[in-house]
Amino acid sequence: MADGMITLTIDGAPVTVPAGTLVIEAAKQAGVLVPHYCYHPGLAVAGVCRMCLVEVEKAPKLQIACATTVTEGMVVKTQSAQAKDARQSVLEFLLINHPLDCPICDQAGECELQDFVFQEGQAGTRFAEFAKRFNPVEDFGPDVLYVPNRCILCTRCVRFMEDVAKEPVLNVSERGDRAFIGIHPEARLDHPWAGNVVDLCPVGSLLSKDFLHKARAWELDKTASICTGCSQGCSITLDTRDDVVVRVRPRPNLDVNRYFICDHGRMHYRWMNRGDRIEAPLIRHDGELRAVDWDEALDRVVGILRGASGKAVALVSPGASSEALAAAKRLLSGFHWTGAFQVVMGEEAPLAGVPNLALRSERAPNAKGAEQLGYTRDYAPALAAAKTAAVVLVLDDPDCTVETNGALIYLGTVLGENAPCRSADVVLPITNVAEEEGTFVNRDGREQRYFQAKPAPAMAQSAAWVLGELAQAIGLAEVS
Amino acid sequence: MGFPHKSHPKETVVLSQYFGDADARTIKGWTKRGGYEALAQALTMDPVAVTDVVKESGLRGRGGAGFPTGLKWSFMPKEKTRPHYLCVNADESEPGTFKDREIMRWTPHALLEGTAIAAHAIRAEIAYIYIRGEFTEPWTIMERALADGNAAGVFGSIKIHLHRGAGAYICGEETALMNSIEGKRGNPRIKPPFPAAAGLFGLPTTINNVETLAAVPHILKRGAAWYKGLSLSNPKSTGTKLFSVCGHVQRPGNYEVTMGFPLKDLLYDMCGGPPAGRTLKACIPGGSSVPILTREETEACLLDYEGVVERGSMLGSGGVIVFDDSADMVYQIMRLARFYAHESCAQCTQCREGTAWTTKIMERILAGQGKPKDLDLLLDLSENMTGKTICVLSDSCAAPIVSGIKKFRGEFEAYLAGKRQPVMVG
Repeated sequence: MADGMITLTIDGAPVTVPAGTLVIEAAKQAGVLVPHYCYHPGLAVAGVCRMCLVEVEKAPKLQIACATTVTEGMVVKTQSAQAKDARQSVLEFLLINHPLDCPICDQAGECELQDFVFQEGQAGTRFAEFAKRFNPVEDFGPDVLYVPNRCILCTRCVRFMEDVAKEPVLNVSERGDRAFIGIHPEARLDHPWAGNVVDLCPVGSLLSKDFLHKARAWELDKTASICTGCSQGCSITLDTRDDVVVRVRPRPNLDVNRYFICDHGRMHYRWMNRGDRIEAPLIRHDGELRAVDWDEALDRVVGILRGASGKAVALVSPGASSEALAAAKRLLSGFHWTGAFQVVMGEEAPLAGVPNLALRSERAPNAKGAEQLGYTRDYAPALAAAKTAAVVLVLDDPDCTVETNGALIYLGTVLGENAPCRSADVVLPITNVAEEEGTFVNRDGREQRYFQAKPAPAMAQSAAWVLGELAQAIGLAEVS
Repeated sequence: MGFPHKSHPKETVVLSQYFGDADARTIKGWTKRGGYEALAQALTMDPVAVTDVVKESGLRGRGGAGFPTGLKWSFMPKEKTRPHYLCVNADESEPGTFKDREIMRWTPHALLEGTAIAAHAIRAEIAYIYIRGEFTEPWTIMERALADGNAAGVFGSIKIHLHRGAGAYICGEETALMNSIEGKRGNPRIKPPFPAAAGLFGLPTTINNVETLAAVPHILKRGAAWYKGLSLSNPKSTGTKLFSVCGHVQRPGNYEVTMGFPLKDLLYDMCGGPPAGRTLKACIPGGSSVPILTREETEACLLDYEGVVERGSMLGSGGVIVFDDSADMVYQIMRLARFYAHESCAQCTQCREGTAWTTKIMERILAGQGKPKDLDLLLDLSENMTGKTICVLSDSCAAPIVSGIKKFRGEFEAYLAGKRQPVMVG
């Protein structure tokens, strides 16, 4: 056996894990999910919900899997009668004061209390004829509501704010069955990463105001994506209902964002649902932009490119995929080429308890990818150069104030009434991040893939496809 | 002595010798009575030698668990690489227990001396004495005694701090006490790690009860053999023990007897038995957290760690609560359950919800609204609340319920059958 590895048996199956592993984590590797509430791999162990009680051979009493470290030869039984009885009794205790208002609770369908009661709880209650504990709903912060009646006091939220956000505004107030999650009287839950408490809450006690009553969990489709809020590149899930993005949640990624995302990223999705999209390719005809089919539009661009020579400028969004950026560069490879982008800056907001995790001041997901492909941050010179360029390509930058004597090709998702790019010769509708598959390179050089969460509107196509088609049409070979 | 009553001939007076003697409170008076000699002696000894004497004496923790004191001290790291701490548990909050209060009121220097000796034995620079918040008088007396001791320089390099609790029963649990000293909410911690490995501020810590430490100077002075000889029944239980007797007896108070002393003699001879015309019905021998004994069990019980266990209960803290035949056991047990429901720290699910639910059922039974299945339900809840939580508060709530229903089932059933006048509680 390798050094520092421990072999133990969980529900009859041998499993080998590094020394120091907790039984609850070892069980996951053996394919066993030990029911739990207070335990969360991203938080300090509390050992308070007592839900993960399991039988460990030779131990005098049941042990909590979340605070028990594996030992060589340990035999763990998660499904013994004793362990199941103990967990069933914890569920009974948790339910006596739980309102069971699942039909109006946002958590229903993704609620760990529902799940584990369904899995191993009992039908009916013995807590007959007593009133349940009642406390009014509290407004904790800009996006967080606290519904104390549903709270099971797992303290994940308290530990997140204390140990991870390092802004300990939440606490357990009162004692016994009067206990509830309290907030410092002069504080608000407005830390830039506070929204994570909503994800961490295993029940519907901490709710997002943004998501309040928007959708039932089972109506949601989930797509793996990468946050576009900044250059950190957090792994996220886009939750869509009927092809509308309704929620952004963190997707565990131990190398980038662990289990968390910031509130900026969490709220950075409404633009993905914009209704004022460019629906068809437009080409200038008699001075007016006119909707045409893709073939005609692409022919027009090919004509422009074939008829021009000399200088070309690409003004791109650092939110475009690396595929699109590479294709744009390839398309203009026959010219004397300049590519530039500009990054919107904001305030940096670190998550103190996690190294190298912050809402970055660079509010763009693919600045690094653009740089790696040869695009520069010298935006103003590029904008000036555009004036005399033969061809200017603007990629997904609707506010670009470009002026040129050459041909202007605009690939974008929207085109406002007074947008400068209205002067373009060709306007090509492209998809946004939720409607395509692509790659971003985060600030640390990590290439990360995102996937399509909803269909493209009308005739929009991904920029990578559009630019690739054009390159092929003008006879440029694929770059291998 | 049977403070506040006159000493009884059957008592073995060691710790309580100066109870009621105000002069012994002063450092001058204490020194005159031989105080701080043991400390001076200990400071010349190797810490291991001090620990060995205490080990040899058979002294066991007087706070409730009865863990051998010398053995506990020897758990501290052999190689000292980081600061060590001593915590003194003076958060005496167990209902029915009031011995530590009297030790601090009358012989504060005995505690300080024992504290300094223990700190030396475990090589701790700093000792914290955590005093129950409601103990205003003992607090004032301890403050004064500590200032006097510091002025006299008796503690050598050992620094003793007094820390005042804020009124939570659970802060008497050793790890909750440490959290409280650290300024955190007084919640018990998961063990392991045990305090000797990672205790106060994460550093090696020993925690001892007031009465335990007050006995240490006597052991050093008079020898381990003398202390070991103080045993009437089982050689595993040695020394003297203070018993705080309250409830239905004619002379309640603190009585100091040798380990193994018959509980019957304590209650009848020393405390004068139940009030005139009354008979003994039940007794809780070790503070509210231990199972209740019937009259027969009480009268057959010997007061040492093993003797009480033999009768189905525990010696605990030595808080003896006595009930005569006028006591309504259902009501008494409800009061105990209500206490635990009030004091549960709310961490563990079983305790937070179970203690309160238990109380509600007890109140319902008393109010004449009990259900036929309530006793089974109470027993089942108690089973679910035992041995499954971080600390033993929820076990403590279950103990009197289980023993009460087992031993006084008739009284419960009388309420359930409507044969007793309902008692409105709440």
